Amino acid sequence: MKYENYMNLEFPSKSANEAFARAAVASFAAQLDPNLDELGDIKTAVSEAVTNCIVHAYPDEIGTIVLKARILPGNVLDIVIKDKGCGIEDIAKAREPMFSTGGEERSGMGFTIMESFMHEVKVNSQRGKGTTVHMRRRIVRRGDKS
Amino acid sequence: MTSFLQDKQLTIALTGEIDHHSAKKTMQQIGEKIDLYLPNLCILDFKAVNFMDSSGIAIVINTLRRMREIGGQIKLSNVPPQPLKVLKTAGVERITSIEPREVMI
Ligand SMILES: Nc1ncnc2c1ncn2[C@@H]1O[C@H](COP(=O)(O)OP(=O)(O)O)[C@@H](O)[C@H]1O
Ligand SMILES: [Mg+2]
Repeated sequence: MKYENYMNLEFPSKSANEAFARAAVASFAAQLDPNLDELGDIKTAVSEAVTNCIVHAYPDEIGTIVLKARILPGNVLDIVIKDKGCGIEDIAKAREPMFSTGGEERSGMGFTIMESFMHEVKVNSQRGKGTTVHMRRRIVRRGDKS
Repeated sequence: MTSFLQDKQLTIALTGEIDHHSAKKTMQQIGEKIDLYLPNLCILDFKAVNFMDSSGIAIVINTLRRMREIGGQIKLSNVPPQPLKVLKTAGVERITSIEPREVMI
């Protein structure tokens, strides 16, 4: 699809990069003139997807995370977050609220939050190969904002 | 993280960005305070929290579990809009009382 702007990032799966990733996407999204609520939603969804790569995709190693963000016609922010980690066995199950293979540090609400904070969330995954999360959010134009 | 105890009520003020990176330490510190003071009520004050993702939900649920073990309760106070939305999406307001931060005009 035709883009109006894009940025690509690659970083290791270190937890310090969670804050970096959501701040980077928030800065990039600023050109769409989002309000505080929209910015909060985007940061939260990115934080969830990146944390999943760090916690679940690469549980015992440091792997690579690729984050791509694009601005598409119609004021749409398009985000792809990709890992080459362990993959998800059952995607439908993983997306259910409260489902988690993590310990008591996880809540199982990551995908539920991504789904309710973004307009579209697609998940592709192959066991042993990795996972791609593709999310979209249309930013309301200033004049239309309440 | 700062905390104070008054009349068996333990208030813990959370600060900054709550994510997976910071959650483990926060969870541990809350656990230590509860074990030390054995309060009736644990109030998590979100006033100075400027970001929270689902890692914060795990913190709230673990705090609730710990407090129930000792026969106590929890309350979330001064919760700003972004953490509030995350908590509501997870249905946390069904298991504990949440006081939003007062709107500044
Ligand atoms: N990038 C990923 N790689 C491998 N497994 C994943 C990935 N993302 C999510 N999962 C799986 O999906 C489950 C649900 O994810 P989520 O809803 O974010 O909850 P949580 O992270 O709290 O477990 C995880 O427990 C994990 O099993
Ligand atoms: Mg998660």
